[in-house]
Amino acid sequence: MSEEATPTKATLYERIGGEAAVNAAVELFYRKVLSDHRINRFFANTNMDEQIAKQKAFFTMAFGGPNTYTGTDMRNAHAALVKRGLDDSHFDAVMEHLGATLQELNVPADLIGEAAAIAESVRNDILGK
Amino acid sequence: MKKIVLGNQEMSCQSDETLLDALLRHEVAIPYSCRQGVCQSCVVRSLDVVPPLLSQRGLKDVQQKQNYFLACKCYPEHDMEIALSQQASFFTEGTVVGKALLNTETVLLSIQCNDALDFYAGQFVNLQRADGLTRSYSIANSRLHATELTFHVRRLPGGRFSEWAHGDLQIGDTLKVSEPQGLCFYLPDRPEQNMLLIGTGSGLAPLAGIISEALQQGHTGDIYLFHGSRDREGLYWIEEMQALQQQYSNFHYTPCISNGLVPDGFAQGRANDVAMQALPKLNAWRVYLCGHPDMVNQTKIQAFLKGASSIDIYSDAFHVTPDLTPSSATTTIS
Ligand code: HEM
Ligand code: FES
Repeated sequence: MSEEATPTKATLYERIGGEAAVNAAVELFYRKVLSDHRINRFFANTNMDEQIAKQKAFFTMAFGGPNTYTGTDMRNAHAALVKRGLDDSHFDAVMEHLGATLQELNVPADLIGEAAAIAESVRNDILGK
Repeated sequence: MKKIVLGNQEMSCQSDETLLDALLRHEVAIPYSCRQGVCQSCVVRSLDVVPPLLSQRGLKDVQQKQNYFLACKCYPEHDMEIALSQQASFFTEGTVVGKALLNTETVLLSIQCNDALDFYAGQFVNLQRADGLTRSYSIANSRLHATELTFHVRRLPGGRFSEWAHGDLQIGDTLKVSEPQGLCFYLPDRPEQNMLLIGTGSGLAPLAGIISEALQQGHTGDIYLFHGSRDREGLYWIEEMQALQQQYSNFHYTPCISNGLVPDGFAQGRANDVAMQALPKLNAWRVYLCGHPDMVNQTKIQAFLKGASSIDIYSDAFHVTPDLTPSSATTTIS
């Protein structure tokens, strides 16, 4: 190990714009999700402010930002949804909205790809596989 | 090192330490998650100094004005006294100076307070009877009247406070009045912003306060009020609101009736549905909602899908609590 600090590449979260990017994305994304009949039943009947806070957590995580979630947390957070039928088709719909939201915000394609890869990496946890 | 006071506890905060870390080090039970200013679960309130600018980023303007801030983003610049959640502290005393029926179930109560209250139109206070029975009521007037406050008290069957207020409470009687509370209020910093206000029943009270405040402050954006009830009997101040509409070209009033016969000049349907049909888009609007929790929750989503930003949606839901439980921090009507 060298004593010198190796210049680390800025994280995706930093490159994408941090907290401000999360805030910009959340509302666009949540409107899409609530308007999508394939998946909005999973989000119905809940407190909107709490849901928005959870979408912030979603984006912070998808951007590789600071969060304390583990795969197990993601399993637990979505376990009730899996019982209600959450499957790959719903996961794909969410991925679609994630991509469309970031495109609308003019995030460069390579960064969108990185975010999608992070979200994709928890697919099995989310779906309880 | 700064001194932090929380209730009767005194703590230190080191200069390289966030307030959240200091609180956790002193084993204060404070919720938190991201430690990065994103989740807003660590929100606390300063009771004396203005919190550091950075610690207020992302909060609603009404929260910022009330010195709320995020503990995880706060390196205290001064000694501070803080509160974890919103607790009403002081009570001043007030004397009932007016009591008049607004409709068969709602009484307009006017209370002259011994001390002027520094409130924002739309906030609520706790009213306390001599034996300690306490309920929250929204202030129905603007800031022009800082000592004489008005409230709309709806009689609920079995509601100890409201039945007492309708019955035994007399002009000349005294009550204790708490510090003003709540985040559903008007700030005059964006006079051109369009505003939508939807209330059911006595939910008109804070909205009426907000409207008169906004009009007095010279608000230039359009102001739409939809007041709803099941029947004509549940509405009140109809002539007053119509007169206001005559006087101010930017104020628009629609009384809504959801059940039964709908006379001329009234809209048929629930107030939130009527509003959503009348207004195609709510982008950049400010929205105030007050009434039944189901109406409030549903309308929040409707307004959001029409383009209103969640940060611009303000609400006070009534929580009709059974009489045995203590009154909650949010508006309790009973
Ligand atoms: C694409 C990968 C996904 C990630 C990274 C993700 C992440 C998260 C996170 C961080 C939370 C907050 C957990 C908490 O703090 O309670 C959450 C909650 C939630 N997620 Fe996901 N999620 C994903 C996919 C999905 C899918 C496909 C659906 C449904 C179609 C979904 C529906 C929900 C719902 C409804 C909640 C709130 C649950 C509650 O109210 O407790 N998520 N998600
Ligand atoms: S802990 Fe998330 S905002 Fe402070």
